[in-house]
Amino acid sequence: MKQSTFSLARLLVLVSLAVVLALFYAIWTHSTDPGNLSIIFLTALLVAAVFADTRKMPAITLRKILYSLAYILFLIKEIIKSNFDVARRVIQPVMPINPGIVPVKTKLKSPIGRMILANSITLTPGTLTVDVRDDHFYIHWIDVTDRDEHGATQAIVSGFEKYLEVIFG
Amino acid sequence: MEWYRLTGSILSLMGALFLFLGALGVWRMPDVYNRMQTGTKSTTLGSILTLFGLGVYHPQWMGQMLILMLFIAVTNPISSHALARAAHHIGIPLTKKSVVDDLVEEEEPRLESMAEMEER
Repeated sequence: MKQSTFSLARLLVLVSLAVVLALFYAIWTHSTDPGNLSIIFLTALLVAAVFADTRKMPAITLRKILYSLAYILFLIKEIIKSNFDVARRVIQPVMPINPGIVPVKTKLKSPIGRMILANSITLTPGTLTVDVRDDHFYIHWIDVTDRDEHGATQAIVSGFEKYLEVIFG
Repeated sequence: MEWYRLTGSILSLMGALFLFLGALGVWRMPDVYNRMQTGTKSTTLGSILTLFGLGVYHPQWMGQMLILMLFIAVTNPISSHALARAAHHIGIPLTKKSVVDDLVEEEEPRLESMAEMEER
């Protein structure tokens, strides 16, 4: 019984991966013909089945999908905010910068979650991930307000972590 | 003029404006890391807005533009992270205004000044 639900979950992951792949290809080539679309989907399913390692993929739940959508909206907000932050700093006669490299600590375990967190930090206002060592990120911060590791973690990481912890576990 | 043409043009113009501010930042900032900061952030939103404006201007292109925007948003921070990491690894110093550098490289000693870097 447990075995069958497990493989059903893997099948779901495989099919959703194939849908995403097929969607990308269909949008890119403007395909609308049903025959064409079905061939695209079958090919995508074949590619997903051959190349994807479903054991490494996290299971899909409704909660994760909702958190992912919320995360994307949050990230868009942060990107816009960071651009106005850059604009504000650049146009002033004396640039208000107070830069430095500070360490922060992440609670995330999965490599892909950490990668997304590091990339998100680069896109947020005034921070740039310079290096990743185990569970520590070294962040170049354009305006260091807190040199302490704990304080910097609170300021930079915690906003993203509460979404990514749910999505990647 | 149709409304979507106007909206698309305004969006593209805003993207160009952010790209300009990014270029200004790359020129004005004191060291490689701060330049990377402005470079990454403004090229991300600048390119995304320009492409989005183009998608609004030509609605049949919107799908492709969304895919391009996604790729830019995913790859842009990776490239800037790789550049910043390489710069720190070969020991390019932070600007004098920097308050703290907690990232210690094990392999090579850090350079003391830009002059020493040029000598190398």
